[in-house]
Amino acid sequence: MSETPNPRHPDGNPGRRPEDVIETPDTSVDISVEEIADLPPGKMLEVDDVTLRFGGVKALDGVSFHINTGEILGLIGPNGAGKTTCFNVMTGVYQPTSGGVRFMGDPLGKRKKFEITKMGIARTFQNIRLFHNMTALENVLVGADAHHSTGIASALLRLPKHRAEEAEGMDRAHELLKFMGLERRADELARNLPYGDQRRLEIARALATNPKLLCLDEPAAGFNPAEKRRLMELIQTIRDQGYTVLLIEHDMKLVMGVTDRIVVLEFGKKIAEGLPAEIRDNPAVIAAYLGVDESAS
Amino acid sequence: MSAVRNFFHAIRVRLGKLPKWAQILLWALAVLLVYLLPIINPPLLTTTDSDFASVLFSCAMYSLVAIGLNIVIGYAGLLDLGYVGFFAVGAFTVGVLSSAHGSIPLLIAFPIAMAVTLVSGVLLGAPTLRVRGDYLAIVTLGFGEIIRLVLLNTQWLGGASGIANIPSPPSWAIFEIPHITWQGLTAFVDLETTTTFLEFTVVDAVPFYWLALTLVLIVLFLDWLMQNSRVGRAWEATREDEDAAELMGVPTFRFKLLAFATGAAIGGLSGALFATRQGFINPDNFSIIYSVLFVAMVVVGGQGNRWGVVSAAVLLIWLPEKFRFLADGRYLLFGLALMALAIFRPQGLLPPKRSVRAKQAEEEEQEVLEEGTARV
Amino acid sequence: MDLLVNQFWALTITGLAIGAVYALVALGYTLVYGVLRLINFAHSEVFMWGSFAAVWVLMGVGATNASGMGVVGLLVLGFAAAMAASGLIAIGLEFFAYRPLRKRNSPPLIALISAIGASFVLSEAMGLRDKPFAALGLEGLQEYVGRPRENLPLPRLIDAKPVFAVFNYNVTNVDILVIVSALVMMVVLDQFMRRSRLGRGIRAVAQDPEAAALMGVNRDRVIRITFLIGGIMAGGAAMLYLLKIGVTRYNAGFILGVKAFTAAVLGGIGNLRGALLGGFVLGVAENYGSAIFGTEWKDVVAFVLLIVILLFRPTGLLGESLGKARA
Repeated sequence: MSETPNPRHPDGNPGRRPEDVIETPDTSVDISVEEIADLPPGKMLEVDDVTLRFGGVKALDGVSFHINTGEILGLIGPNGAGKTTCFNVMTGVYQPTSGGVRFMGDPLGKRKKFEITKMGIARTFQNIRLFHNMTALENVLVGADAHHSTGIASALLRLPKHRAEEAEGMDRAHELLKFMGLERRADELARNLPYGDQRRLEIARALATNPKLLCLDEPAAGFNPAEKRRLMELIQTIRDQGYTVLLIEHDMKLVMGVTDRIVVLEFGKKIAEGLPAEIRDNPAVIAAYLGVDESAS
Repeated sequence: MSAVRNFFHAIRVRLGKLPKWAQILLWALAVLLVYLLPIINPPLLTTTDSDFASVLFSCAMYSLVAIGLNIVIGYAGLLDLGYVGFFAVGAFTVGVLSSAHGSIPLLIAFPIAMAVTLVSGVLLGAPTLRVRGDYLAIVTLGFGEIIRLVLLNTQWLGGASGIANIPSPPSWAIFEIPHITWQGLTAFVDLETTTTFLEFTVVDAVPFYWLALTLVLIVLFLDWLMQNSRVGRAWEATREDEDAAELMGVPTFRFKLLAFATGAAIGGLSGALFATRQGFINPDNFSIIYSVLFVAMVVVGGQGNRWGVVSAAVLLIWLPEKFRFLADGRYLLFGLALMALAIFRPQGLLPPKRSVRAKQAEEEEQEVLEEGTARV
Repeated sequence: MDLLVNQFWALTITGLAIGAVYALVALGYTLVYGVLRLINFAHSEVFMWGSFAAVWVLMGVGATNASGMGVVGLLVLGFAAAMAASGLIAIGLEFFAYRPLRKRNSPPLIALISAIGASFVLSEAMGLRDKPFAALGLEGLQEYVGRPRENLPLPRLIDAKPVFAVFNYNVTNVDILVIVSALVMMVVLDQFMRRSRLGRGIRAVAQDPEAAALMGVNRDRVIRITFLIGGIMAGGAAMLYLLKIGVTRYNAGFILGVKAFTAAVLGGIGNLRGALLGGFVLGVAENYGSAIFGTEWKDVVAFVLLIVILLFRPTGLLGESLGKARA
């Protein structure tokens, strides 16, 4: 990116301010971790006849699907279909009224949210939920802490384990920031970051927890087409490095282009599941979206 | 307001440019100066109507409280309106162990007091931290009052008369330090008024002040260590967005409990100091008004900022002593100050805590704007 | 335990009497919380100022030697003075301590700080009430403002006389007066909340401020009225408190306020009938507790009950609900 002159400087000398340089994600960075190195192929996550009731409303009604190791699964459906609710059940925010979720064969049960994260499921949010008064780096470090085990005693005494984990966390955080194209903004407060960077930071933070399954909730909302394309390429790179991805997304074109398989929800029920080509031609799906054709976003 | 900010900022930048050894030397000198305050008796700072050393001791003791409560409210975001309860548990543990029902030396009684208070913090926190924010405030307020009422009504703990004859720390008289008195702006060495290093007596508060100050410095350091580790990050993330934090792998409940327990232990330490300095304690010393005062220190100082809360503690203790005529109207003014603060400066006196790197980033941006180049 | 059994009816009825006072003050807490999600820490001082107003006015008209109809007139006067004073203080409180924060969208912790500050200002102002008069050299008002940190007694209006007996306890006229007055006030309030436009407005704002605003409800006005109503109820409670206890002081608000708040939470915060129930339950429980454990533990009962409720049933006995149609 060329340097733009700093108009505020008295003699007009070009000054390179952080916002003047657009940093692009560096996909050459290897962000894979040993947790995802030798995963057995097959079903990583199984949603098993999950029903979730809120009072009289059935947010999810007998939903069943699975995610295979190493694939990008798209979860689509009109607004209010239950996609984010599904995420919430998978990450422990809600307990299903009936049915359950199994991760790597292990039922989630009544595990707490942070325990599920440690099992290997990480997520981003539809409305960005960064730690706004912490820096980008600190946000990612919090994610990295998920797989650390230092306690207060170790921290107070600065034991070797603490120092090792802090160093590892820093390395990992920088690696992820670089991958996402956020390295230069590492020390900026999350709330001061431009929108696109905030979305990418959420992904970096989720990756820092060393997940096996990465769940992205409309990660490209509000992006322009070029940015969306770039983000989708990034997601593919993430998958190529060994992560499994579950993607909620509204933009049909994107979903068709990036996912390996798609699950479609409507009014809390699954109405279709299959390859992108099958879904595109599925009359039930078309009806659900009611005339929204694939080229719109 | 920003002119003052810029002034301090400029000083900090200047100092930051000095070589490391010079910075350390300056810090050491500053610390030494603080230790010598009651000896030097600087004319503007000294309190004429009350013993300066006693006031300084109170400032140090309540600074400890502020640091502890800052962890609970400022770092972890838990509104505790019953902190005086921990203060009382610490004081009475020392009282019971070293006077009422035993004669355990203070060196052992102090850590036991901290441990007991820590346990009480865990016992209080375990059931109540699941409760909604504003309810937590009321529950903790109730706890503080229950402690006081239990102390008042339990004869084994002294009942209404409390516990007396609490020993001072062990003394070891080595040498004497004369104080300095002032006439106008000229200093005189006063050989009559001396402080014996290191003798703890009823008449001279200076060694108590030194003890308290040393504890404050140690705790400040430990606080810094905690803040700059995953513990501090976890607290901050929990305070920012508890659900998101938990989804990012932070065991939020455990860390909230940790904050509560740590804050409690520090409160207990401060209470222990109070007990040994006063020599006698009774339930009146631990009424709810102190809990409110403590919360005010943290809010006024700027929650989350350890220097801010210490400054606020010092100010809230020192000002009424310096301006004694305000003594009766103290709480009225205090109430007015709280209301004014809530409306006009809710973030507190000092800006909220920022990590060192974020501050540096800000300073760099400032420099870039001023000079047009970024420091690499 | 014997004490409890022997004195059961005495404990129950006097418990209901003081519980009535708690209930009326609890209404103020519950109303404000329902509408603003704010714990109005300073409501206890609203109550306290009402009590002083009643005492001062009655002292002023020389109430010591009245009888018959005169007593009724004096009671009405006392109630009026207390309610007016409390109502005014409540509105002032809303205006000075909370409204500026609402305009600034302050976080709840800050509102609590302001509430605490206001509480101090009001109680200390009463505790220092002799100062301005001394400074201005005004003598002669010593009866009213002198010895500011001590109890100020209510002029003797009613001698407690037994009226009828319930088992082994003689219910006094004061007991009856207190309980009946409280019930009357609560019925009036209940009708107001259910039937009047303002009452509906309050419930609407409690349930959904934005929707209410869209429906043309003036939120500021509703909030002001809410504080006013809470204040009036507290004023009524103040008069009843004076009749029962006989004295007031500058910090009479504190303990009573915590107990009233406990009652509000006990019944379900935001729920008016809950406040009623909570008050009576607390008043009676306190008495039973002091009979079993000893009178010095009476106050502890309130705090322990508070903690237990918040831990095990935070929505209270009747559930939170100002917004829902249960008034």
